[in-house]
Formats: sequence, structure tokens, C-alpha cells
Amino acid sequence: MTKTFVVAVAAIIAAVGVGTPTLSATRDSVRLGMTLEPPVLDPTASPAAAIKEIVTNNLMEGLTRVSADGSVKPALAESWTVSEDGKTYTFKLRRGVKFHDGSPFSSADVVYSISRAMSPEGGNPGRNLYRAIDKVTAPAPDIAVFTLKNPFFTLPYVLALGDSSIVSEKTVPTNKTNPVGTGPFKFSRWVKGDRVELVKNQDFRDKDKIRLNRATFRFIPDPNAIVNALLAGDLDAFPLGVPTESVERFKKDKRFKVSVGMTEGETIVSINNGKKPFDDVRVRRALSHAVDRRAVIDGVMSGYGVPIGSHFSPLHPAYVDLTGLYPHDPAKAKTLLAEAGYPNGFALTLRLPPPQYARKGGEIIAQQLERVGIQAKLEPLEWAQWLDQVLSRKDYELTIISHVEALDYDRYGRENYYWNYANNKRIAELVVSADQAGSTAQRNAVLQDIQKQLALDAVNVFLFQLPKIGVWNANLVGLWENSPSPSNDLTDVHWTK
Amino acid sequence: MSTAVVSIGRFFRYGNFAIGIALTGLVGLTALVSFFWTPHSAILIDVAAKFRPMSAQHWFGTDHFGRDVFSMIMVGARNSIAVGVVAVSASVTFGTALGLLASARRGWIEELLMRMSDLAFAFPAVLTAIMITALWGPGAINAILAIAIFNVPVFARVTRGAANAIWAREYILAARAAGKGGLRITVEHVLPNILNVLIVQATIQFALAILAEAGLSYLGLGAQPPYPSWGRMLRDAQSYLFEVPEQAIYPGVAIAIAVLGLNLLGDGLRDAFDPRLVRKR
Repeated sequence: MTKTFVVAVAAIIAAVGVGTPTLSATRDSVRLGMTLEPPVLDPTASPAAAIKEIVTNNLMEGLTRVSADGSVKPALAESWTVSEDGKTYTFKLRRGVKFHDGSPFSSADVVYSISRAMSPEGGNPGRNLYRAIDKVTAPAPDIAVFTLKNPFFTLPYVLALGDSSIVSEKTVPTNKTNPVGTGPFKFSRWVKGDRVELVKNQDFRDKDKIRLNRATFRFIPDPNAIVNALLAGDLDAFPLGVPTESVERFKKDKRFKVSVGMTEGETIVSINNGKKPFDDVRVRRALSHAVDRRAVIDGVMSGYGVPIGSHFSPLHPAYVDLTGLYPHDPAKAKTLLAEAGYPNGFALTLRLPPPQYARKGGEIIAQQLERVGIQAKLEPLEWAQWLDQVLSRKDYELTIISHVEALDYDRYGRENYYWNYANNKRIAELVVSADQAGSTAQRNAVLQDIQKQLALDAVNVFLFQLPKIGVWNANLVGLWENSPSPSNDLTDVHWTK
Repeated sequence: MSTAVVSIGRFFRYGNFAIGIALTGLVGLTALVSFFWTPHSAILIDVAAKFRPMSAQHWFGTDHFGRDVFSMIMVGARNSIAVGVVAVSASVTFGTALGLLASARRGWIEELLMRMSDLAFAFPAVLTAIMITALWGPGAINAILAIAIFNVPVFARVTRGAANAIWAREYILAARAAGKGGLRITVEHVLPNILNVLIVQATIQFALAILAEAGLSYLGLGAQPPYPSWGRMLRDAQSYLFEVPEQAIYPGVAIAIAVLGLNLLGDGLRDAFDPRLVRKR
């Protein structure tokens, strides 16, 4: 009896033992996890970052690409030149590139894709990105010329974003569910509510450099399920959004690599500048002094998150550290409130969207505000309610939100944006002069002026840069540490063993 | 032999009742004491002190914001009981009134009220509560209203059933013959005779109300921060289940004690009131 049992166990162990190495020897596929499922798979049709996390650089490409370090590199364009006055960009395109459906890529597709992105009928979520472009022309099949209204230094960067993906006119109607691009991977299938599968594009121009044959993106919103899936080996990687409280656990486990990088997400307490008493800069500064960023980062993000003092990413070379402008100082906050006519504070409502940084952060911030005499009532909202009440109707006093788009400082220059920022014209001017700056140094100087102006006006309470916490198998390499633009670029991803 | 069986049966009957009283009393007492004393503040956040283990200073340790969990459990008891008492009282009042009305009038009023309560029964109770709080917005008051509303048809049904049986009694006929009106008969004869049924039902609905409140809080629809509630503590602990599993146990056990206590109490009361059981003894 016992003998039989031992033999059986030995047989099982042998079977498992033999099975594992054969599995690992043929590792040419990867299973990645994401928290949110994209609504559609066409990045030119919807702003959801989840689309770009799957499609950009994998399925679809732009003329340029953002690489892991944030620099702009050639993609469908081999090279480009800028005219003396900075108003004409000439892109030399790669020859012999084919879309996944077999049709050839040429400058006509560039003209079509960008013109469509610029037109209001095109429905592109990033239409404002193309504000400086006058027209795009195709003098030759491998040449695309961008004529600008004014110098626009950021053009090559803008063309790397998912919004600027080059698509074929033929497949546009079906791209939402069956995306066709020119990238190293082709769309295979989408199991709604579960996963999207990609396969290697055997016609890719650099196909020998692509070492994965298959990639699966699985959607797991529940924090505990994410941790479980990684521990059980159901996922090879969860590149963005691993629950911060589980980081220590993965760090101790040799099977995993933990990557703590940065996203473009500025997490802020948005203030309705148009509503009394927040139209008074002293009140807004008092709020900044009252909030202790460090406590929020420790309490909500388990300490992961870089404090920011303005609406700008610390990853960018033009970043200035303004966190010292309004140090945590409840006494100072009280003085400012008294000067503004509120010696006994006042009551306000803090509306919180679903993410943990908002819901948990709200609890901490409410208590910090209470210490300076401000009674904050917390009101949790679902996403649809938040988008409607706060973002569209501007019916709010304070809210907590992460602005995840890259270089989104231009929103402070907009009329009627939900902050109701009074000094927006000044920022709009600065945005234009940054766009038209002749050199990087000049542009960075203007970007710094923007950061300082926003901090000086204390438009919002700037909390921290949302971290990119990724966990993946220790044998997997090539995933991005930071997220300079939303994308899970699989071009360089491969297994070391 | 048979005497032994009977006494064991009695022990379980009365033993359960005693346990029910003890557990319910414990929860009630905890809530009461929390008004005057808690070891620490149940609200004050001190992130630097998060996830302290059990100690003489923090009996149940501290949570992810460094709050004392024991104090939170104590104040949370207050929340659960308050929601249960208010919601059940409101639904007893309205449900009983409707049930008595249906029973006294019969005819189309009875039909209408009972079909309406059928309609309310068609939806699962907690789903109704979620719908209501989603509509009116989350918060303790709306949670109470939601729980009260889904309990109204329960009491209307129970009242009407019990009252109909009373109305068929001969002493009602006598009262009628004496010239008493429907309202007077209801108040003087029907209500006192169905009170025991209502008390038992109220105790059981109380337990369900506590569960429902915990469920709503767990979904973020009940009492809002900073006020502690067991359901929300459970939800918060869930995100740290791998790191500090004990944090999920405390509120879980608290909810279990309250619900178990009330259920045993309800069972005991039913046994005590049930005339058939009395006859057997």
C-alpha cells in the first residue's frame, strides 16, 4: 500500500520534472496582464490608454516611435529634416513596408492617417495634438511633407503617439475590432472580457529581431487576482499597476523582477478655481500647505511615487522641482486662510473617482484639511458620474485624479477646462511659445516658466507622479521600466532562459 | 433515557437562547462603551504607524492608515447596531401598518398590497438596496433607508398572515358583535396577539440588516469614511490579504458574532413564543 503510494508520487514528480524543461526550452510567447480592458482596439478612435498599451509599437506604428528612455526614434520614417524656419518637416519613409492585410504602405497612407486625425469628423481623441499642422502632402511614394502654421518643435514626438498611428484607409472601418497596422505583431483574436492575442508578423521588415512568436494580454482588474496570477505563474508579466502593497512580497521572491518606474500620470487634487472661496489664491495656497504629500504617498502608494510641485513629469529634462514652494505647514495654512477671511475654516466636498489613490488618498487628505479647520465631506463617484459631474459639468469643489497623458500642461491654457483656471491665457501664450521655440534649450526654458506659473498660482494641489510598478518573470527581459508614453513595446522582449 | 434526551434538548433550546443573549449583549455593550471610551481614536490617521502587529498598546494591531483596529471595531459596532435598529424599526412600523390594513380591509386593498410586496420580493433584497443607494448616492442614511425599504414587504407579509388567522377567531366575532370597529379590533385584539411573531421576525431581520449594511459598506455604499464600519474594514483589509491576513479576520468575526447572536436570539424567542412547543413541554 505504502509502496504503491511512493511509486505513484515518484511517477508524478518525474512527469512534472520532465515536463518543465521542455516547456521552458520553447519559450517564444509571453502572457502579460493589464488592469483595464480596452473598449476598442483602434487608438485613433478612443482615448483609453489600454488601447495604446496593446496596440502602439506592437500592432500599429507611427512615423516615429518613443523608445524606452523617452527619446524619439525613427519608425515608419527612416529619417527626417526640418526646414530653416522650422515650418516644414520632410519625412523619408521606409520602402517595402506592408500592412498586415498585405497592402503596401506609402506616403498616401501618411497623408490619409494624419489628415483624418486632424479633421473633426475623424473622431481622433488627440486632435488638439495636431494644432500646428497646416497640411500633409505626398510628393513621392516615400516622401511625406508636413507644412506647419508655426514652428512646432514637438512634431516628431506627437507623431510617435498612438493617436498618430498610420492606418490603411481600407481597414479603418474594422480597425476597432480587427486592428491592422504595420507593426511586428498581427492581431489574432480578442476574447471579450478576458484577453487579446497577438502573433508575430512574418512579413515584418526586421522580423529576425523579434524573438516572440505570440503575445497574450489578459485583463485582471482585481488587485488580489493580479497577485495570485503572478504567483501561480498564470502571467509572465504585469507591467503596470501591480498593487503597491504587494511589492515587498515580490521583491523577496527570486522568481520575479520588480520594476518601479514612472508614468506620465501627475496625480493632483484638482481645485475648482472658479468657485468661491477657491478663486482666492491664498485659499489655494493654504490647501497646498495643508496637504502632506509624503503621508499620502506612504499611505496610499506604500511609499512609491515621486512628489511633484507642479503639473510636469520628473522624467522630462525640463522638469524643475517645485515641491519646496509650499512645504507641509498647517500653521502657515491657517494664517493664509485667516488672511483670506476664513479664520475658522469652511466646509467643502471632495469628490472621489474609483481608483485607490483617490479613494484612500481622499481619507488622508480630508484629515489633513481638518487640521487647518477645513471640513471635507467625502463623496465617492463611479467613473461615469465623475466624467459627467466633475469633468464635463464642473460641478465640484475638490477632486483627486491622475492626469496620465504626456505633456498635458497645455490643458491649463484651455478655456473652460474643469479647473476654471483664471490665468489660462498666460499659459496659452506660453504653450504657443514652447511650440514655436527654436531650440530645445529655449523650449525647456519656456516649459519651466509654465511649471513655475502653475505652482505660483497654486492652481491645484500637486501630489505625486503615478509610479509604474511592474512585476515580471526574472528571466524575461526587454519590457519598459518607465512609461514615457502608454505602450507595452514588445519589440525587444525575450526570454533569457 | 428519555428524560436525558429531553434535558439535552432543553439545554440546546435554552443554551442557544443564552448564547444568543450573551453575543447580542456583547455587541450592544461594546457599542455602548465606545460612546464613552475607546483605547485610541478610531478615526485619527497616522501613516507612520501602519500595520503594527497585536500588542498591549494596539490589541488588534493597526490598519493601513495606522488606526487602532480594536477601537474601529468598537465604533463599528455602533454603526451596525444603529443601522439595524433604525432600519428595522422603520420597516416594522410601515410593514405592520400595511399588513394590518390589508388584513382588516381584505378585498382589493389586500390584493394590491400583497401583489406590491410580491413585486418587491421578486428582487433579491441586497440588490434592491444596491439599486437604491446607487440612485440616491452612498451614505449611512441612504443605506438605512434602503435596508428599511426592502424589509417593509417582509413585515407586511408576516403581519397580514398572522392577523388573518386572528381575525378568524371567535373572540373577534364577539368583539364585532359588541359593536367594535375595525380599527379598535385591530389595536385591541389583533396587534397584541401577533406581537410575538413580529418580535421574532424583527430579531431575524435585524441580523439580516446588519449583514446588508456590511455588504453595502463593503461595496462602498454604506457609511462613508472617516466613520468606521465593519464592511468597509473588510474591504480595506482585502487589499492587504497577503500581507496582513489578520486584518480581515477582526471585522469578519465581529460581523459573524453579531449575526449569529441575533439569529440564536430569534430562534430562542420563537421557541419561547411558539404555542405548539409549549404544549409539547
